[in-house]
Amino acid sequence: MTDKISEDLAHIRSMMERSSRFVSLSGLSGIGAGATGVVGAYFAHRIIEKSGSVVNGYYNHQTVFDLVVLALITLIVALFFGSFFTIRKSKKLGLPVWTSTTKKTMIQLSIPLLVGGVFCLALIKYELFGLIAGTTLIFYGLALLNAEKYVFSDIKYLGLLEIILGCIALFWIGKGLLFWTIGFGFLHIIYGVILYRKYK
Amino acid sequence: MSIISGLNKEFESRVRLGMMSVLMVNEWVDFTEMKNLLQVTDGNLASHSAALEKNQYIEVKKEFVGKKPRTSYKISELGKRAFQEHLNFLEKMMRQ
Repeated sequence: MTDKISEDLAHIRSMMERSSRFVSLSGLSGIGAGATGVVGAYFAHRIIEKSGSVVNGYYNHQTVFDLVVLALITLIVALFFGSFFTIRKSKKLGLPVWTSTTKKTMIQLSIPLLVGGVFCLALIKYELFGLIAGTTLIFYGLALLNAEKYVFSDIKYLGLLEIILGCIALFWIGKGLLFWTIGFGFLHIIYGVILYRKYK
Repeated sequence: MSIISGLNKEFESRVRLGMMSVLMVNEWVDFTEMKNLLQVTDGNLASHSAALEKNQYIEVKKEFVGKKPRTSYKISELGKRAFQEHLNFLEKMMRQ
């Protein structure tokens, strides 16, 4: 009898979680996206060195163009790795990938990200390049915090760390790439490793 | 509901228990998503949802999206209370 009851309770709990939270986020997604970020940062460093500009946060237009292209490629590759491992984990768990929870998570994530994107476009337009690194980290962190209620696995701590890092970066203009590498690269890798070991 | 008869017979089936759990934490859930979540067949889900509807534990909405019919479920106030009582009972049994 007790066995049946505890099984029932476990079933109720698991159905509630499966249906309301995005449980298939894979640690490997974090590691993949983070590693992509580090590689991207390395190429960005080379582009900046080649341009020879040493003035804090101020580069010529060709360099800015190259950096934007590099950033977009990095973003696409990181998104690819991020979703690849998570879709794979969903399939392994026998869970549908595209559910209303996925949709809600996407919406919660995309609002702060889109606003942050527009904000960065304004920064680029007025050539306030030095503020971009901090701004992207802050808006990314806010997006993670916003999606927190639909995602399992302590994503809010990652969000908070990104926000703190972004705030520091705002006052450390010229070291943007370093903060980016830490925020989008290493924090993702560390978070991914923790997630992977915890929910393996 | 007395303690002795406290186990709600309606929730004895895993499918019904699962449906109610899903509907406790989500507003409207459509047929396909429910089917995928519970991993049951169409017929199985249809018969269990009909039973829950008969007891007025859930509301059923049928509509057309384009040309395709879509059925969605939502828990009723009565259903919420019944499920909550069932949960309380399960917990009480566990503590004994």
